Amino acid sequence: MIIDNKISQHIDTLRPHFPTEQALLLPLLHEIQGKEGWVSREAMKEAAAFLHLPLARVVEVATFYTMYQKKPVGKKHLQICTNVACFLRGSDELLACMEKRLGIHCGETTADGAYTLSEVECLAACGTAPVMQVNDDYHENLDEAEVLALLDRLDQELRHG
Amino acid sequence: MVEKLLTRYNGAPYSHTLDFYRSVGGYKALEKALTMTQDALIDEVKRSNLRGRGGAGFPTGMKWSFMPKTPLDAGGVLKPKYLVCNADEGEPGTFKDRLLMTQHPHMLVEGMIIAAHAIGASRGYIYVRGEFYHEIQRVQKAIDEARSVGLLGPSVLGSQWSFDLVVYRGAGAYICGEETALLNSLEGKRGEPRLKPPFPAQVGAFGMPTCVNNVETFCAVPTIINDGAAKFAAIGTERSGGTRLFCVSGHIEKPGVYELPININLKDLIAHCGGVRGGKKLKAVIPGGASAPMLHADEIDVAMDFDSLAKAGTMAGSGGVIIIDETACIVEVAARLLKFYEHESCGQCSQCREGSHWLARMFQRIELGGGTSEDLDSIATICANMAGQTICAFSDAVTGPALSSVRKFREEFEAHIQQKRCPSKPLAYQASAHLLHHASARL
Ligand SMILES: Cc1cc2nc3c(=O)[nH]c(=O)nc-3n(C[C@H](O)[C@H](O)[C@H](O)COP(=O)(O)O)c2cc1C
Ligand code: SF4
Ligand code: FES
Repeated sequence: MIIDNKISQHIDTLRPHFPTEQALLLPLLHEIQGKEGWVSREAMKEAAAFLHLPLARVVEVATFYTMYQKKPVGKKHLQICTNVACFLRGSDELLACMEKRLGIHCGETTADGAYTLSEVECLAACGTAPVMQVNDDYHENLDEAEVLALLDRLDQELRHG
Repeated sequence: MVEKLLTRYNGAPYSHTLDFYRSVGGYKALEKALTMTQDALIDEVKRSNLRGRGGAGFPTGMKWSFMPKTPLDAGGVLKPKYLVCNADEGEPGTFKDRLLMTQHPHMLVEGMIIAAHAIGASRGYIYVRGEFYHEIQRVQKAIDEARSVGLLGPSVLGSQWSFDLVVYRGAGAYICGEETALLNSLEGKRGEPRLKPPFPAQVGAFGMPTCVNNVETFCAVPTIINDGAAKFAAIGTERSGGTRLFCVSGHIEKPGVYELPININLKDLIAHCGGVRGGKKLKAVIPGGASAPMLHADEIDVAMDFDSLAKAGTMAGSGGVIIIDETACIVEVAARLLKFYEHESCGQCSQCREGSHWLARMFQRIELGGGTSEDLDSIATICANMAGQTICAFSDAVTGPALSSVRKFREEFEAHIQQKRCPSKPLAYQASAHLLHHASARL
């Protein structure tokens, strides 16, 4: 079961705040992704059964939103903003630098499953551009040296579990 | 310089806590508001000339007055009313709501409780973009603190009135900033905009009368109630009062959020932020978030309020001011923006879905040296078909950067077409693998 007790209890605490079951779908998908790292077809089926919704409704919602990963991503998901304000402050160079260091193109995952590198739209932190989100955290005011140092730190974290 | 009304305590340690907020007079406005009638509250906000800070600049007091007083369902039972905060902050160049939620979440909570009292709402939802993981924790913590001392809950400050707040996390879709798309998303659906009418004040969240305002709009409410509408209205213009949080980014010496009178001159704003980075020459400014038509460097002697910028052919939008200096290639900047819109169109309207896609392709093609002069005419034609014809204003927004860049920097586009390359790049320049990939996926 992907939807375990912890998830179902969390959803139960939200239920009184919403007049419909479907309103719980986005929170439920977030919980699933928090646990699994992505939202699989199997997870969508469970979500549909859990909220008594047709599977098609769950699929159309899960596929609409970019934050729900429809395939597995690396343990560290590097999401660099390449929208205009970050672009004006050198995000493309940082992306190229990371592609080189990791040996993958944007949109790919390293063979060991450690990193996925993605390009995202404005993260609403343009005043501290260029910005990259790694899992739940923002890293701001980046330059090449800092990106490389950040990747060193992430390597370490991954090595020590 | 005019006094700051919202960000006076920026950077103060623990500014996000209830203790701090109360120590600087927080929740006094709520106490006062609870002694006022709904009509008196709405009147006060009307007199302040507060206009929505989310993008459209709609007068806030008037929006509140559109909420039905005692809406009944078919069976004659009173319907619940909802208050919704738009904290989706997705317009490229905008980053003020993040600051408010991080540093002053209680100001938002207080503003929402007052607004809810004014319109008679029983519940409020704060819809925050999904990427704001830490901001969501901050806001949730503030709500929990407020509830623990009776500012929220079954009896707000000991009164007969019950009101509570719920945070809802978005999941990555720019279009969910559009208020009716946001309402669909809040209902757990695809974030697709709804046809209007009916307006949210009639049929909003879960089919009930709903009022949607931006984070900064709510944050302005406590100061208006505390210090009086007249003080707020004295700043700005006759039709648009108060200070505004300008988000300044791009090629600027000191990027950041600056709270200044809403009608500050753009020239002065740039100087206030230390001028163009590295003393370079200014080329263009996007004055109100990505959707606002660009201003040429010789058009920056203009006030930043909604009406003045509209008169100048652009818009004040979300307060995101993006500075572009002489080193940037305007074609590349515009191509970047159009790629964003292509990605974010929800696809319900064919003009918008197809138009955004064509425009992104064309701008990319011109930037990479494969454009023709017919492309420039096609851009104008496509845009003419996109504006004012669709379910929501997204489609119009796309035409902002597309038309303004070609109209105001036509010679740069022509140079790309004639030289079959981007003149601002070194001769040996090779488009990076990912750019070529993007272009080839579409050409
Ligand atoms: C495409 C599009 C995106 C929008 N994005 C946002 C947004 O991120 N945040 C926001 O507050 N308003 C956004 N708006 C404006 C909202 O639709 C709405 O006008 C606003 O939330 C109303 O609040 P206000 O009156 O306080 O400004 C957007 C509008 C459109 C058409
Ligand atoms: S205009 Fe574009 S974004 Fe808006 S509803 Fe139509 S397709 Fe969707
Ligand atoms: S453009 Fe990168 S955070 Fe806004």
